[in-house]
Amino acid sequence: MRGNHRFLFAAKGIFAIVLLFLAGPAFAQLRLDVTRGKVEPMPIAIPAFAGGGGEEAQTGRELAQVISADLERSGLFRPLDPKSFIQTVSAGEGPRFGDWRQINAQALVSGTVVGQGDGRSRVEFRLWDVFAEQQLAGFAYTTTRQNWRRIAHIIADEIYKRITGEDGYFDSRIVYIAESGPAEKREKRLALMDQDAANHQYLTDGRALVLTPRFSPSAQEITYLSYAQGTPRVYLRNIDSGQQEALGDFPGMTFAPRFSPEGNRIVFSRTENGASNIYVLDLRTRRPSRLTEGNSIDTTPSYSPDGSKIVFNSDRGGSQQLYVMDASGGEARRISFGSGKYGTPVWSPRGDLIAFTKIDGGSFYIGVMRPDGSGERLLTQDFLVEGPTWAPNGRVLMYFRQGRSGGRAASSRLYSIDLTGGNQREIGTPGDASDPAWSPLLR
Amino acid sequence: MFGRFVAVAGGLALLAACSHSPEPAPGGPGGPMGPGGISSSRFGPGSQQDLASTAGDRVFFDYDQVDIKTEGQQTLRRQAEWLRRYPNISVTIEGHCDERGTREYNLALGERRAQAVKNVLVALGIPASRIQTISYGKERPEIPHSDDASYAQNRRGVTTVN
Repeated sequence: MRGNHRFLFAAKGIFAIVLLFLAGPAFAQLRLDVTRGKVEPMPIAIPAFAGGGGEEAQTGRELAQVISADLERSGLFRPLDPKSFIQTVSAGEGPRFGDWRQINAQALVSGTVVGQGDGRSRVEFRLWDVFAEQQLAGFAYTTTRQNWRRIAHIIADEIYKRITGEDGYFDSRIVYIAESGPAEKREKRLALMDQDAANHQYLTDGRALVLTPRFSPSAQEITYLSYAQGTPRVYLRNIDSGQQEALGDFPGMTFAPRFSPEGNRIVFSRTENGASNIYVLDLRTRRPSRLTEGNSIDTTPSYSPDGSKIVFNSDRGGSQQLYVMDASGGEARRISFGSGKYGTPVWSPRGDLIAFTKIDGGSFYIGVMRPDGSGERLLTQDFLVEGPTWAPNGRVLMYFRQGRSGGRAASSRLYSIDLTGGNQREIGTPGDASDPAWSPLLR
Repeated sequence: MFGRFVAVAGGLALLAACSHSPEPAPGGPGGPMGPGGISSSRFGPGSQQDLASTAGDRVFFDYDQVDIKTEGQQTLRRQAEWLRRYPNISVTIEGHCDERGTREYNLALGERRAQAVKNVLVALGIPASRIQTISYGKERPEIPHSDDASYAQNRRGVTTVN
C-alpha cells in the first residue's frame, strides 16, 4: 500500500508526504496509452515552482528542470519551452487554462516551495488537465533542502503514473562499473548515481578488479564480484556504511550474484573442477545449497519476481542457452531456441518478460522473451551490447554498449531503451561504463 | 634497484649458457624496456621469464572451446618438464577469453580453460597441490585489438610462477 510506504519514510525522518487534494473525477480523461508501439509524446508545461526568497525560487526552478528532464527522457512527454509560457503561475493562484491551451499544453504542472524556518522546505505540486480544466493530482512534501532532487523525481513519478497508468521509475539509482585505462589493465570501480546520472560517486578506488554489481530489493546493499583477495569472489556491501564482506567461504571462484526478491538470499555461481554450478546462500543462516549439478557452465541466475523460479544461462546442451528451473533447483527447461547464443537473462520486475544478451553472427543484441521462451524480440544491436537491467516499472531497460573504431573496441557507455525498442538514450556517466544495475524505487 | 640489475645480468648469463633451450613461445611476455633499452625484469632460473623462454608459458584455445590443441600439448609437456626441474615452485594458471562472449559466461569459460591446463599438467605428473587456477574472463586481453588474430592470442591459458 503506497500510503504505508510514505509513513515508513516519514518515520525515518527523510520526508513526510501528504496527499493534498483528491484527484477529481477527470482522473481517467487525460491519459497516454503506452501499450502501443509508437507513442506521440504528450505536450506538458512545467513552469518553475513558485518560491518566496532567492533560495526558494532557485530550488523552484531546479525542481521544474529535473521533473522536465525526467519526463522528457522517458520519451512519453514533451516538456514545452518555458519561453513560450504566457502565464507566470504564482503561489495561491490557479492556472488560466486558456493561456495553456493556447500553447497546446495538454498537461500543466504547478508547484510552490516554502521554507519552514527549520531548514526544511515544503514543496507542493498539482497536475492539471488543461482541456478538462481539472486537477489530476496534488501532493505536498516536506524535506530538507538537500533532498530536493528526490522530491523532483517523486513528483515526476506521480505525473508519469497519473498520465500513463503505470508506475514511474525516476526515484531510483544505478550502480555500475566505471572503467578507465587501457584494455590490458583496465581499472574498474564500483560507482553509484541517481537514475539521471546526478549525485555520482565512486564506491571503490580501483585497486581491486570489480564486476557485475546488483542491488538488494531495499536498495541499501549491493552484491558484486571482486578480485580483492586474489580469487574472484562474491561480495556484499552496505552502501551507506561502506562495510563489505566476502560471501561465504568457498575454495573456488564465486561469481554472477543476484539477490532474491525478498532480499534474504543470494543466488550465484561457484566453480568446481572447471564446472560452474548455481548455488543459493541464505543470508541469515549463511548456509549455501546447490541448485544445479554436472560439468556444464551454469551461471547468471535471476529470480522471477515472485521468487518461485530462476532463469539462468547454461551450455549443458552444447551451446550457451537460457533455462528456467524451480527456485529449489531440479529439472530445468530450455526456453531459448533462436539462432546464436544467449546469456545474462534478467527477469522483469513485472514478471512478464525476460531480458537477455544474444550473440549471433558476430553481433551482440539485447532482447526480451516471455518466460516460456515465446515472443522473442530484439531491441538493439551493436559490436557489443550486453548486460540488460530493468527499470523498476519493467518498461525501460538499461545496458552497456561498445562500438568499434580503428580495429579496437571503442569507449563503453550505458544506454537506456524503451521496451518497444524506441527512445534509446545514452546515460551521462563521467567516463567509460559497464555492468549497470537499476535499483528498485527508493520509496 | 641494484639487486634487480644483478638478477638481469645473471639471467642473461644463464640464457647464454643454455644452448639447448627451445624456441621462445609465441606471445611470451617480454620485460618492460626501461630507458636505454635495458630490461629490468627478473630473469633467473625458475622465474616467469625462464618458464616463458624455456617451455612457453601459454597455450591457446579456439573460440568458445576448452580443448588443448597439439601445439598446446607440446607446450604443456615442456612446462611439466620445467616444473619437475623446480619442485619447490608452484604456479597459477590464468584462464582468459576473447571479448566476444558475455562477461559472466566468460568468467566460467576462463576457469574451465585454466582447469583444462591444470588437468594436463597433473596428468603429466605435476602434483595438483602445486597448481592453482584463476579466471580473468575477458577482463585482461593480451592484445587490445578487435580482430580475429588478436582474439586468438587472447584466448589463452597462462602458467604464472607464484
